[in-house]
Amino acid sequence: MVALLSALLVTVFLVRITLGDFVVTLPDVVRIVTGTEIPGASYILMESKLPRAVLGVLVGLAFGVGGAIFQTTLRNPLASPDVVGVSVGASTAAVFTIVVLDQRGVALAAAAVLGAVGVAVGVRLLVGAHAGTRLVLVGVALSAGLYSAVQYLFTRADEWDTQIVLQWLIGSLNRVDWPTIQVLSLLLLVVVPVLVVLSRSARASELGDDAAAGLGVPPRRADLLLLVAVLLVGVGVAAAGPISFVAFLAGPIARSLNGGRTTLLGAGLVGAIIVVAADHVAAYAVPDVNFPVGVVTGAVGAPFLLWLLATGRTSRRS
Amino acid sequence: MSTATSTPVTPSGRLARPAGVRRASAVTAVAVLVVALLVAAVASVLLGARWIGPTSLLDPTSPTHEIAAVRLDRTLLGLAVGGALGLVGALMQGLTRNPLADPGVLGVNAGASLAMVVAISVMGVSDMRAYVWWAFAGAAIALVLVHAIASVGRDGATPVKVAIAGAALTAAVTSWVSGLLLVDRKTVESFRLWQVGTVAGRGDEVLLIGLPFLLVGAVLGLACARTLNALALGDDLARGLGRHVVRDRLVVGVATVLLAGSAVALAGPIAFVGLIVPHGVRALVGPDYRLVLPLSLGFGAVLVVAADTVGRLVLPPGEVQVGIMSAVVGVPVFLHLVRRGRIGAL
Repeated sequence: MVALLSALLVTVFLVRITLGDFVVTLPDVVRIVTGTEIPGASYILMESKLPRAVLGVLVGLAFGVGGAIFQTTLRNPLASPDVVGVSVGASTAAVFTIVVLDQRGVALAAAAVLGAVGVAVGVRLLVGAHAGTRLVLVGVALSAGLYSAVQYLFTRADEWDTQIVLQWLIGSLNRVDWPTIQVLSLLLLVVVPVLVVLSRSARASELGDDAAAGLGVPPRRADLLLLVAVLLVGVGVAAAGPISFVAFLAGPIARSLNGGRTTLLGAGLVGAIIVVAADHVAAYAVPDVNFPVGVVTGAVGAPFLLWLLATGRTSRRS
Repeated sequence: MSTATSTPVTPSGRLARPAGVRRASAVTAVAVLVVALLVAAVASVLLGARWIGPTSLLDPTSPTHEIAAVRLDRTLLGLAVGGALGLVGALMQGLTRNPLADPGVLGVNAGASLAMVVAISVMGVSDMRAYVWWAFAGAAIALVLVHAIASVGRDGATPVKVAIAGAALTAAVTSWVSGLLLVDRKTVESFRLWQVGTVAGRGDEVLLIGLPFLLVGAVLGLACARTLNALALGDDLARGLGRHVVRDRLVVGVATVLLAGSAVALAGPIAFVGLIVPHGVRALVGPDYRLVLPLSLGFGAVLVVAADTVGRLVLPPGEVQVGIMSAVVGVPVFLHLVRRGRIGAL
């Protein structure tokens, strides 16, 4: 399973960095990365294709793992961070930091994470321990409110920079740079070991609080796991905006590929594949237009959510 | 404590005091509405970044006459759109017996927006007269789609499933609209404020074009009061009372599409007005749709004009658009409805 997904991710990654309007052959990629300068190709690979692909992998991992933690811990496939408002929360805080406080860089990332945590805590306070439909409805309402807050902030912004707006409303890899990637990969390196320790309880807590407690998993452990997921999503949003539906899609896809069991690694790999593949489509589907990746994931992801509703898969485990 | 959805005739023994006693009479409600409408409309013309005297509207030589005229335009537009939204909320809640129904929550606004963006940026339609039809088509498709998707499956179209289907449709449409706007950068600027939902700077021609559709929708909608009272008893009982349930639903649906489509074409997607107003009205006068429909229309107009006026005053010199103000008020109401845990109760 993991081997298959990894192979698929590598394939998608290679397609993303080689094919496109400007084809860079694989031997050229190797030569450029090892230090040879090839006019034209070097610039396109190092400044556009490669950083976009790498950021896509990292963000996809963060969203996929974060979403799967939410869905398994809350035992509800609809309860992913992008549906319950965590992603929009991060986005709102980030936009506030840009438009009102005029800060970028570390402050921006910190704000996004704080926004994600704030919304998660708010939702938790509003719904208490109910993880069912009430959680989803509260999240939908909060998302709608925060979404209009973001739109308001944009009407106040000095200039209407479409790229920035679209990045923070639907998610985009277009404004990538290497420092962002460094920060993101450092943060992921810190989070992953914590996750490995915590996630051993994930399978138990999926059985329900009582069963989990019976198997020796302290209930606090689940909250801690959710907090890690919120951090992952917040960091992901800080780097690339709330790429819609990746967190929501990755878990269920990994689950159905893996015979009904969600593994965090599987969900992360699926998330990375989705983001990199969607970014390739977004970049080259229409000539001369560089769509933000969120347009593609949203256009595909939302119908998937509707299909889940129509087939009644959502009530099965909620 | 809410008596919004209980019947006026309480079976003896269940409650010491019948809920009807504490309700305002229809006359009181209408009086409150008239006063509120007058206050909101006058305040909307006089208040703003610059406060003007009442004479400047009537006196063409006054230096502030221009300001007054512009404010009058947006007040009239606010009244029309607000009335449409309040009424459409009540109609949708009655039609689907879903307390969370609202053109914004159920994705009808999103459908109309997408259709308009397609009309303007892909088909090259530039006249409001032409694209208002696109808004109707989009609203109709979204209304049917959301309910069709939500009603598949064992438990049928529960309020929760309809609301989630609406949110999902809105999310999808937002992506597609953004995609279309990116391809056609010219349209972005004109959509910037419209997308948020605003009654400012639209001019009076827009209102004149939309008004016939709004009037037809309103007459059609108000005529549905008895239909909705019957439907509130459930489809089987309504059929037993001699109603043609399918035909009735179709009429209500047409009114909904006309009202929601015109409102979006006139002022952009404004959510939550249609959600809040009927619940407030029901708390005031009880569940009889013969009162709920006209009062929802009136208080919807009051709410939108008041929200527009307050939006002008809270953060000077900037403005907070109606669509945002209504979300500020609407989200807590929505949360309250969800938390009360009685979302199956219409």
